Amino acid sequence: MNLFSDAIAWIFSPDRAEGALPLSEAIGTHLAFTFVSVLVAALLAVPAGWLIGHTGRGREVAVALSGAARAVPSFGLVLLLVLVLGVTHKVAASTTAFVLLAIPPILAGAYAGIEAVDRRVVDGARAVGMTPGQVLRTVEVPLGLPLLIGGLRSATLQVVATVTLAGYVGNWGLGFYIVQGIQLRDFSQILGAALVIVVLAVVLDLLFALLERAVVPRGVAAGRASPDAPTRPRRGSHHALGADPT
Amino acid sequence: MTWVADNLDLIGRLTVEHLRQSALPILLGLLVSIPAGWLAFRFRLTRGLVLTLVGLLYTIPSLALFALLPPLLGISFLSEVNLIIALTIYAIAIMTRFVADALASVEPTVRQAAVAVGYGPWRRFWQVDLPLAGPVVLAGLRVTAVSTISLATVGILIGIDNLGYLFTNGYQRQIVAEILAGVVAVVVVALLVDWLLVLLGRVLLPWTRRRADA
Repeated sequence: MNLFSDAIAWIFSPDRAEGALPLSEAIGTHLAFTFVSVLVAALLAVPAGWLIGHTGRGREVAVALSGAARAVPSFGLVLLLVLVLGVTHKVAASTTAFVLLAIPPILAGAYAGIEAVDRRVVDGARAVGMTPGQVLRTVEVPLGLPLLIGGLRSATLQVVATVTLAGYVGNWGLGFYIVQGIQLRDFSQILGAALVIVVLAVVLDLLFALLERAVVPRGVAAGRASPDAPTRPRRGSHHALGADPT
Repeated sequence: MTWVADNLDLIGRLTVEHLRQSALPILLGLLVSIPAGWLAFRFRLTRGLVLTLVGLLYTIPSLALFALLPPLLGISFLSEVNLIIALTIYAIAIMTRFVADALASVEPTVRQAAVAVGYGPWRRFWQVDLPLAGPVVLAGLRVTAVSTISLATVGILIGIDNLGYLFTNGYQRQIVAEILAGVVAVVVVALLVDWLLVLLGRVLLPWTRRRADA
């Protein structure tokens, strides 16, 4: 356990506040990359996913896309884009790669959320005279929110992991410490940075888990008599939405 | 594309290495996830524990996991064992949830019928529950296989040669074709294995084929 105490000492060492890459700056950059990429991906994928879910059109394309995306190695995608867009545009190139990786899980979450809505509820909404736009806004989107948040959760974890790998192309983010630590054979730095990354990922995951619960509409939550009743697999539990460990 | 033509040997050799490193985690993931998934399906207490644990493992980014395993297990950081154990952990994390969902997808009436005609718990699990859970288990195995093959490339960061070698080598030598060849090779290998698993499913689960035709 000596290695772990060394790693913790590395994290809390006063040296972490200075030097080429202070720890607080690395965490900040890591989070900034993650939020910007997920936000841009969501702006593109959420409307598209809602449209697919609402109309049922383009579903096969979306399913095939998220299936194939799982096969694309994220590390390779980052290096490819950095090389193609030019080493002087590393930030833009890496962000593009992160956005591309975040789109499939968000798209899947958006359309799966709407697809999972009970058809009878949608028919009921139509029967009381709602327009298609009203059905989408007031029925399908709110009921689909938990799965959409699940998609955002997968995308965020995927991007946090990929930003770590992007420490290979630039001296930014928490992954850089690991890449540098490997070159310097500095195991307390490697393990220290790894612990910070794990905490970051777990905290983000937890926040999304809470958010997933918070967005369940009150009427739906009240309808669930016992907390662990739905053991049947839902159409898209969060790991099945096209994201992977990275 | 002349780079690809000149380096077919290298690509072939790395592909074989890549498959060898991915196969064991996929198989181990399946083997471990069957009892783990059963525990998550069968008892309420173990369900919470198992699913929380695999959920937690799943959130750990790969590069961080490579760093955590050596001090915990006493293995070397820059070693193939480290890569294979990390990939196995992710495979278990993905598969366990699928197995639990798969077992839950079996009709309770079928299970009751099996009990009624005299199946004991052990024989019922292997001859009734697991085969009927087959399609969902297969879906999980396909996700696991594709993710594992794609993720194995990260091994190059801890010095393990596989198709990921084409990424770092291509980046250092600034050869776009080399990185692109690596990405395409990984996608092709992953989709080929996925397709093989679909075929395997048709052989092992013939009743799902009949349902699809109807």
